[in-house]
Amino acid sequence: MTNPAAPGSAIARSRRESVLRVTLPVLTLAGGALIWELIVRLNAIPAYVLPAPSLVAATLVSDWTILWSSLLVTLATTFQGLALAFAGGVGLALLFNRSRLVEYSLYPYAVILQVTPVVAIAPLLLVYLPQHAAVLACAWIVAFFPVLANTTLGLNSVDRNLVDLFRLYGATRGQILFALKLPAALPYVLGGLRIAGGLALIGAVVAEIAAGSAGAGSGLAYRIAEAGYRLNIPRMFAALLLLSVTGIVIFVLLSALARVLLRRWHESELEPGG
Amino acid sequence: MQPANPAVALRGIGKVFESGVVALDALDLTAGSREFVSVLGPSGCGKSTALRIMAGLTPPTAGNVIWAEGAAPTRRIGFVFQEPTLMPWASVAANVRLPLKLAGMSATDAAPAVGAALARVGLADMAGAYPRELSGGMKMRASIARALVTRPQVLLMDEPFAALDEITRFRLNNDLLSVWQAMAGTVVFVTHSVFESVFLSSRIVVMTPRPGRVYDEIAIEEPYPRDDAFRTSAAYAGYCRRVSGILHAAMAAERVP
Ligand SMILES: Nc1ncnc2c1ncn2[C@@H]1O[C@H](COP(=O)(O)OP(=O)(O)O)[C@@H](O)[C@H]1O
Ligand SMILES: [Mg+2]
Repeated sequence: MTNPAAPGSAIARSRRESVLRVTLPVLTLAGGALIWELIVRLNAIPAYVLPAPSLVAATLVSDWTILWSSLLVTLATTFQGLALAFAGGVGLALLFNRSRLVEYSLYPYAVILQVTPVVAIAPLLLVYLPQHAAVLACAWIVAFFPVLANTTLGLNSVDRNLVDLFRLYGATRGQILFALKLPAALPYVLGGLRIAGGLALIGAVVAEIAAGSAGAGSGLAYRIAEAGYRLNIPRMFAALLLLSVTGIVIFVLLSALARVLLRRWHESELEPGG
Repeated sequence: MQPANPAVALRGIGKVFESGVVALDALDLTAGSREFVSVLGPSGCGKSTALRIMAGLTPPTAGNVIWAEGAAPTRRIGFVFQEPTLMPWASVAANVRLPLKLAGMSATDAAPAVGAALARVGLADMAGAYPRELSGGMKMRASIARALVTRPQVLLMDEPFAALDEITRFRLNNDLLSVWQAMAGTVVFVTHSVFESVFLSSRIVVMTPRPGRVYDEIAIEEPYPRDDAFRTSAAYAGYCRRVSGILHAAMAAERVP
């Protein structure tokens, strides 16, 4: 047993902790890149086999125009898919909450849509839909389910006593929905959205790759496929890097959104030491 | 021992849940206007069920609930649950305002009533705080303020202080008595604590174990206001002993088939 820590030292410890949580992954990244660079240089590995990180960085700069415009295409698809997933997921959850019959009729198909690998659905969608619509549909299919599942969970976990209280004071259905159920479900909805953000990107990428040989696309994943055919390995890595960064940024943005909206009241977003 | 001027009465109330559990059986309970009635009984004897039936939250399977003026109780009762049951996303003031908001009143129009209710429970300076920033006792005070904000004639309370530490509970008991005197109405207070019921009540109704019926009742003929001095008085100790005796007899009564 150690002595109980003074409050001051607890704060210092938690601050040191948060510094470590940032610096350690950065150091790991730098170390990994350094070792990678050394291996490539010492063994004189050619760039079409494995490009050094420095070459990937240089490619990122030299190919920036083309990569940037592709990134914008992928981002547009991802955010449109995410917006539709949000609307569809929350809308379906509200519908299910309202009517058990609708829930029983539709929920199994929502699950089936979720468990069928999107890689397998994408080529079919590309047959029947215009390319942009097909890519968007893929992003939506993978992203809407976490929003639906989480929102449903949130709507069902409303404090029973609060529901009784609303009934006691003669609340209308609308009042129960907007003043009680939706606010109570908000943390769950935001949790679902955070998962959906990453999935929408994955859905968009899968569909772009599937569409790849069709040639009309110009998103980042399409660039990866195209660069692969041309054995332009450094550009593949550069595009891949951009995709990862995009995924991270989406996650951070959605986490920040949850933080801003829930900061004052929800356990998941309590300020450290608060 | 029927109160002369009843505010609300349960007549022959029975409740069988879908699970087959018989929670209440022919329960008769009357609360007089301006009376502080405690319903005392062991856990699971149907106290909460009886209170919820009184509030109209649970339909009885037999019997009926009679209100003094026959009207629907919505605006005339306040309900306090065992848990504070606050909306965590709303400030204390917004939580207290809820009953008025649901009745269609604007925040501006509701402000004086909200302020008065908060002041009544000693939370005037916490209006802007969020529930998670409050202690357990303060949350319960906010919950009581919310029940008071519609100026109810009958306040129904379901073991509101059971989860609080003893010091906080004593303080809230004292304050509840002044709340009751200021509201000039009826309190029906469910508890499983002999001491709490003796301190607060003008009358105690003791229930049998499940299925709950009234076993006996006893008037606590001590004048209000009561304060901490009452807690150490011989009269208090005597009442506690008598009520404990009744409670034990009620528990034993049930074992006879
Ligand atoms: N919604 C319900 N469905 C089925 N049984 C219930 C329900 N609510 C309470 N009961 C049962 O009814 C009995 C009385 O419960 P309750 O009124 O909560 O007792 P108390 O408040 O005195 O502890 C208990 O046996 C409890 O399990
Ligand atoms: Mg109970």
